[in-house]
Amino acid sequence: MSGAASGSAGSGAGSVGSVVRRFLAEYSSGTPSRLKVLDAYLLYVMLTGALQFGYCLGVGTFPFNSFLSGFISAVGSFILGVCLRIQINPQNKGEFQGISPERAFADFLFASTILHLVVINFVG
Amino acid sequence: MAEHSAPDHKHKPGAAASSSASSSNSAGGGSQALANSRGAAAGGGGGLSGGLSQPAGWQSLLSFTILFLAWLAGFSSRLFAVIRFESIIHEFDPWFNYRSTHHLASHGFYEFLNWFDERAWYPLGRIVGGTVYPGLMVTAGLIHWILNMLNITVHIRDVCVFLAPVFSGLTSISTFLLTRELWNQGAGLLAACFIAIVPGYISRSVAGSFDNEGIAIFALQFTYYLWVKSVKTGSVFWTICCCLSYFYMVSAWGGYVFIINLIPLHVFVLLLMQRYSRRVYIAYSTFYIVGLILSMQIPFVGFQPIRTSEHMAAAGVFALLQAYAFLQYMRDRLTKQEFQTLFFLGVSLAAGVVFLSVIYLTYTGYIAPWSGRFYSLWDTGYAKIHIPIIASVSEHQPTTWVSFFFDLHILVCTFPAGLWFCIKNINDERVFVALYAISAVYFAGVMVRLMLTLTPVVCMLSAIAFSNVFEHYLGDDMKRENPPVEDSSDEDDKRNPGNLYDKAGKVRKHISEQEKTEEGLGPNIKSIVTMLMLMLLMMFAVHCTWVTSNAYSSPSVVLASYNHDGTRNILDDFREAYYWLRQNTDEHARVMSWWDYGYQIAGMANRTTLVDNNTWNNSHIALVGKAMSSNETAAYEIMRSLDVDYVLIIFGGVIGYSGDDINKFLWMVRIAEGEHPKDIRESDYFTPQGEFRVDKAGSPTLLNCLMYKMSYYRFGEMQLDFRTPPGFDRTRNAEIGNKDIKFKHLEEAFTSEHWLVRIYKVKHLDNRETLDHKPRLTNILPKQKYLSKKTAKRKRGYIKNKLNLKKGKRPNRKTV
Repeated sequence: MSGAASGSAGSGAGSVGSVVRRFLAEYSSGTPSRLKVLDAYLLYVMLTGALQFGYCLGVGTFPFNSFLSGFISAVGSFILGVCLRIQINPQNKGEFQGISPERAFADFLFASTILHLVVINFVG
Repeated sequence: MAEHSAPDHKHKPGAAASSSASSSNSAGGGSQALANSRGAAAGGGGGLSGGLSQPAGWQSLLSFTILFLAWLAGFSSRLFAVIRFESIIHEFDPWFNYRSTHHLASHGFYEFLNWFDERAWYPLGRIVGGTVYPGLMVTAGLIHWILNMLNITVHIRDVCVFLAPVFSGLTSISTFLLTRELWNQGAGLLAACFIAIVPGYISRSVAGSFDNEGIAIFALQFTYYLWVKSVKTGSVFWTICCCLSYFYMVSAWGGYVFIINLIPLHVFVLLLMQRYSRRVYIAYSTFYIVGLILSMQIPFVGFQPIRTSEHMAAAGVFALLQAYAFLQYMRDRLTKQEFQTLFFLGVSLAAGVVFLSVIYLTYTGYIAPWSGRFYSLWDTGYAKIHIPIIASVSEHQPTTWVSFFFDLHILVCTFPAGLWFCIKNINDERVFVALYAISAVYFAGVMVRLMLTLTPVVCMLSAIAFSNVFEHYLGDDMKRENPPVEDSSDEDDKRNPGNLYDKAGKVRKHISEQEKTEEGLGPNIKSIVTMLMLMLLMMFAVHCTWVTSNAYSSPSVVLASYNHDGTRNILDDFREAYYWLRQNTDEHARVMSWWDYGYQIAGMANRTTLVDNNTWNNSHIALVGKAMSSNETAAYEIMRSLDVDYVLIIFGGVIGYSGDDINKFLWMVRIAEGEHPKDIRESDYFTPQGEFRVDKAGSPTLLNCLMYKMSYYRFGEMQLDFRTPPGFDRTRNAEIGNKDIKFKHLEEAFTSEHWLVRIYKVKHLDNRETLDHKPRLTNILPKQKYLSKKTAKRKRGYIKNKLNLKKGKRPNRKTV
């Protein structure tokens, strides 16, 4: 998410730049370190996905299922990471009453397992 | 049996609960608990904790019993066909499913996936593993395997026959769960009872109808249940379960497209209604991405989810949701003004990128445009003009009003009320059911077949309507007489999705509410309304049983006719003919027939067919249609080129069976015309007045085409009774126009007892026949033949005056 923020900052005008700067400052001060770790993971996964997409644009999609499974794996991991981040964010506690952070992490592991089993099946 | 159990359990959620309560009480053996709960509930506020814990157990026992009875009633009312006829696979498509399940059970899963069926679509063959939704076969095969593991030896055919009735029970349970999530438990029970016996669903799930829809409706309902659950809780676990259920649905039926469009629609409408929440984000994002890759695991689906337009709505909503969530996240972080500067930038950028990429991909051909079947959903006239093969299937016709009532009876009248209740007390999941109802009504109106997707939602919404009425009008009585039921209906009333586990407060509040609202109604009105409602339900149950027994329980492989005294005749012509084929023809003989009978020939006769119900190759079907609709000589050339050994047709003129090939004939002509417009013209088969007639006034093209000749060969000699002339066709009520039918290239091989199935053998090219013709055609021969014959004959015939005549005649002839 932070990656997307900095990405959109590049094309912004001067006022946008200041907004982004303020946002980054607020982010670094107001986010728990646990979530920062998660954000780093998300950034990494996103870059992986972008890399695969760039490779596919440049070289071609020949083993299409392999490209798809790799790309969907990246997107899926990103989505699951975002879900985990939303669920363990203390600010969203009111919305997810039955879900403790531990439960959320277990869900994340379960979902990732399913996702990657399918991905492995699909890579071919 | 079903007639009794069906109306019986209907009452239980409402008035007759006391009887089942007492019975389950004796079964449970907790009479003290009952007394306890009665006392506590009658006491109202006092002793709340003790009184509520007991009815909870009660209530689950009661709902368990009702669900079990619903399952039983649903199962047994689907058995009419088995009891009347036998345990047999019905109709057409189930025969293919049965055949491939049999293949799966006898050769194993991998063999099944790699199965190349060289007996279908001769000479092309069919890759069955890659062109089939394997869910049904795998389910049946799995059940068969498990049963055999447990040393319960059943034949795979019996598993196939009883699969759909068993799954109808699972459908009613998942409908119960879904309705409970949407409204309350009482409505859920009613919905489970409705779906168990409603004809709209029974029509596709009677015993022996071994078709995809039988299990797909279960998967559909269960997926929706899990979807609603995951939207409610926002838990990834439920969403993954939803994905797995969706995967099962994808593996079972092409109707999964309905899910993958309805769920994005739900999310989109939630966004429009400003009902976005992080739960929706979690549910949809996870569902889309995991469901996407899961659905691509089915070989038949392949890359369609990212290549075809039907799936693009889901992708678009996914992208939209990501952008929306990101902006939402930013808005939480930033002040309003800062947000606005970013907002326009972000939204315009995202929209532009998505729009351009979709256009680009469609333009370059990565995304296929909508397929014909889907066009025909929007434009009902489309199929008729462009794809006659789709329009020719009777279940693709638009639905009539009658069939709405016939299939749903009272539910079709009450479900708008349920819809209104849902919209009035709207929340996230009721938005879903409203969208479900509206889209399903539309699709059911377009195609008879999609009545099936409408049925579950109609059951749910009607159940909500009924349950609401009962809650209103039974409330007072229940409080006095039936405390357990009151509690069960109270407990249902948890409107708030978050407070699932919070019982006590809700119940108390509800009682007080109810007391307030119901002060004005007298007991008479209440009982009258209740009686009326119960009567409606009873009539519904009777109607369901009647429709099931009369309309939907015919195997259509075996026909039954009734005599004047009510006795039954079984017409087993189909199996007779298929068995004849199996026994008397070469193992690799190719049988040509119209595509309706392809699966049956493959399944029952085990012979190679040219076209079958898969209808994937339109031009091949058109070729068969052309052969059927051209004259014998032209047809013979086509049949020779296709290596046809036998031709099989269905002829109902003797017994008055209306689904025969002559009645389908115009579709053959139309399909053939679509591919061969030069040789076949539909207008040739009509009289100048534009009528399709088989009698003397019929068009000569029709009277001489192959199908006509094969149907009516030697029929002109047959007098059915003394009131009608010979050659009187009972189906079309006409005396046939061409009674003197002779074949040159075909010969009759077999005609079944009631002439229902006629099989013709295609003769091989005959050497002598060509020699016979040639002398007549040459120029020299007439003289020679004439001379020699005449002289010889005359010589022999007129012995007396041979000299005189010979001399006298020749000059005469020459001068003449």
